[in-house]
Amino acid sequence: MTLLFLAFAALLIGCALMVILHRSPVTSALFLVLTFCSLAGIYLLLQAEFLAMVQVIVYAGAIMVLFLFVIMYLNLKRDVEDGMPHVLRRYVGWAIGALLLVEGALYFGKHWALGASLPEPAPEVGNTAAIGQLLYSRYLFPFEITSVLLIVAILGAVLIGRGRVAPVTPREGGQP
Amino acid sequence: MNLSATVPVSWFLILSALLFTIGVVGVLVRRNALVIFMSIELMLNAANLAFVAFARDLQSLDGQVFVFFVMTVAAAEVAIGLAIIVNVFRLKETVYVDEINLLKG
Repeated sequence: MTLLFLAFAALLIGCALMVILHRSPVTSALFLVLTFCSLAGIYLLLQAEFLAMVQVIVYAGAIMVLFLFVIMYLNLKRDVEDGMPHVLRRYVGWAIGALLLVEGALYFGKHWALGASLPEPAPEVGNTAAIGQLLYSRYLFPFEITSVLLIVAILGAVLIGRGRVAPVTPREGGQP
Repeated sequence: MNLSATVPVSWFLILSALLFTIGVVGVLVRRNALVIFMSIELMLNAANLAFVAFARDLQSLDGQVFVFFVMTVAAAEVAIGLAIIVNVFRLKETVYVDEINLLKG
């Protein structure tokens, strides 16, 4: 299991780095799919089977299809990343990232000593059934609020995505 | 390295911290709005990983329910954000965030 974790972690970090380093947005999006899939593998190692499946379906399926659709719709070229301000910003960005990492490492070193191992898994009715019971009992109200959020998101996406051009020229159909 | 059957929970948290840092660096370094969005997704996923790791550590499923909600919010955010980006592209013919300065006057 340790080997499996290390393999998934290496894939995760490598693909995430490729997402932010690659110049072409399409390649970035495809590496992001790989990132989500390896994260689903890590969820499986953590015995969160439901979340692993949802991760693959929702993230790697729905959200990434949306991303790729928009990238291809906008017909983007490779990013032009040059010029003095951009180089400066790149150095500042990596410096801030390194600072964040060092800060986290110090925090981890103080509070979370390496070696606290995971306890043995508790036998349950199954991850999905347990989450469903929890979702429909204790978290029923947030669950319903989520549906309102999704409705608002749908309406907002349609309204914003339609743009301000109201008169659409009727397109003659019947093209084979 | 011992190849035992269990992985320490702090390894998952370190992985989550690394993923979050990569997301932060992506937001700071890139100027393509779509890639910035992908970096935000990376950060949300890092938070999800921390939630799941703690849920496993504490033997509680509440963290996984929270991940479910975070995924819903992320999906809504991506739908709205991409619609905004498409609209901005129609207006300005670019997705570079440093060329989108309509509010600067």
